[in-house]
Amino acid sequence: MKNRLSTFTCVMIVGITAIAINALPDRAKAEYGDVVINEYSDDAGMRPVVFPHWFHRIRFRCKVCHGDLGFAFDAGGNDIDMVKIIDGQYCGACHDGDVAWSIENCELCHSGQPNTPTQVHHSTVQQLLNNMQDAAQDDEGDE
Amino acid sequence: MVKRNFAWPLVAAGLFLACVGFVVMHVALADDNPNAFNRLLKPVSERNAPPESDGIHDPAADGTLMLQSPKEAFESLPRSRSGNYVDWNAAIDQKLIAPRSDIHNPEATAIVLDLNIVRQVKGSMPDVVYPHKQHTQWLDCANCHPAIFIPMKGANQISMAGILLGEKCGVCHGKVAFPLYDCARCHSKPK
Repeated sequence: MKNRLSTFTCVMIVGITAIAINALPDRAKAEYGDVVINEYSDDAGMRPVVFPHWFHRIRFRCKVCHGDLGFAFDAGGNDIDMVKIIDGQYCGACHDGDVAWSIENCELCHSGQPNTPTQVHHSTVQQLLNNMQDAAQDDEGDE
Repeated sequence: MVKRNFAWPLVAAGLFLACVGFVVMHVALADDNPNAFNRLLKPVSERNAPPESDGIHDPAADGTLMLQSPKEAFESLPRSRSGNYVDWNAAIDQKLIAPRSDIHNPEATAIVLDLNIVRQVKGSMPDVVYPHKQHTQWLDCANCHPAIFIPMKGANQISMAGILLGEKCGVCHGKVAFPLYDCARCHSKPK
């Protein structure tokens, strides 16, 4: 009876491990246009920010943030920090507890996987750069 | 002796099951099978993944579990074949979404300009029809003019090479507006 149990346990452990390895998250599943902003977060001991474009464009037209609020069309190029946000600039223009939930909900924005660099998901530029970097690394490996 | 005889078939059965499971999983997930159908294509079931399994949110963060899943938001919206798989312009036209034009005033309306610009392109691709209408539903004139596009006929050199590197149309398309592999949505006027 003990043998049966231990065999069964072994098979289960192998099976569950296999499933777990195959189910590991894959960045390719991130939503188109999701922006990770990690200019200061990692250094400050916070998770990076994930900005979901899709969620915001359901509620606001592009011009509201990229015109009225002065966000440049450049991930990581806006030099956003918490002082500016508390001062009502950038995200703070809406996330003030009036238009949208306020900034004490740290983890709703700072929910990214630690050490993820600033990037736009599924961005063509990003993919081309990644391909070029991979190719450069391959070349270095050949030499 | 009797006990051993009893155990071996179980071990064999267990190993057999483990092998079958392994093969089934790998064929299903198309990891190793060189002849799998759509080998490198993201499976439809993985589109619009919820934050906890999208690979960029940390499932250990409490906030991640409070965020909305894109699938839930997109369920009632018209579909498209690329990007978020949502036809955002149709969603506005059908009044399924009403994104604000002003932070505080929900009544403010977008200033829409209905003007098509046709750009003749080199090579065999159909010409590009640029509709101001769909763009001004989302953007102000000043978002594009004059920094990205000089508002004068013939003044803008546009190439796919530049667009792929994030210039001109590529400032938005290929990042958040529909992706660059959806060629026919711009190259839509046969020569």
